[in-house]
Amino acid sequence: MNGIPMEHGLALAAVLFALGLAGLMFRRNMVFVLMSLEVMLNAAGLAFIVAGTAWGQPEGQAMFLLVITLAAAEASVALALLIQLYHRFKTLDTDKASGMRG
Amino acid sequence: MELAFYLGGLVAVIATLGVITGTNAVHSLLNLIVSLIAVAIVFFALGAPFAGALEIIVYAGAIMVLFVFVVMILNLGQGAVEQERLWLQARTWILPAILSLVLLGTLLVTLSAGDGGRMISGDMLTAKAVGRTLFGPWLLVVELAAMLLLAGLVTASHVGRLPRDRRDDKKGGN
Repeated sequence: MNGIPMEHGLALAAVLFALGLAGLMFRRNMVFVLMSLEVMLNAAGLAFIVAGTAWGQPEGQAMFLLVITLAAAEASVALALLIQLYHRFKTLDTDKASGMRG
Repeated sequence: MELAFYLGGLVAVIATLGVITGTNAVHSLLNLIVSLIAVAIVFFALGAPFAGALEIIVYAGAIMVLFVFVVMILNLGQGAVEQERLWLQARTWILPAILSLVLLGTLLVTLSAGDGGRMISGDMLTAKAVGRTLFGPWLLVVELAAMLLLAGLVTASHVGRLPRDRRDDKKGGN
């Protein structure tokens, strides 16, 4: 056995992405929803790395850097929204924020 | 190298399962950090050491600390765990789980139907090559990322502030 088949790496990324998607759908607490989003972004980055190393090109890692940048920006904005949600509704339940004008 | 890849992947999947099924926010965050570090090990095994280091420094180091910090600010307490347990009934998660499984199955079947056989030999792609790509042909993308970070900074500091009356309350109270 020399080397890892590219499909195994992509399958790992797919499994992580599906787990994140399931968490995103069935959690109601906003902290867990954001964590699932991070898992999904991380899986997308993993797919980029796998493809980049399979072809021996550095573009995969460069794209991963951009995915990390996106995740950092998304996390900061989403956590600010989370703090606002908690201060206005005293809960982290996303369903409480479904109506307009509170 | 193969062993590191498969073990790292296994740990990542198990820790991610712990993240999405956990009831305590802090425990889930710690599971998420374990998952990210396992993915970093996968990166090292694949021959992308720069990405693996970035994963640990930026993801597990910076973003997760932000999450832990916010969870500690909110100070949820014991009631939150009971509430989570109430929300996590089988009828809540069974349908999303089936939907994700169907999507995952479709993805895996598509992957196995492709013209496979490409092997990852684990040759190192160092930070030098990545830097040459980023600051050569991809320079515009780097500037776009800088603008995205600036926009994220402005938005977070604008959205994250508390209303004026509440802020004054806090000052008066303390």
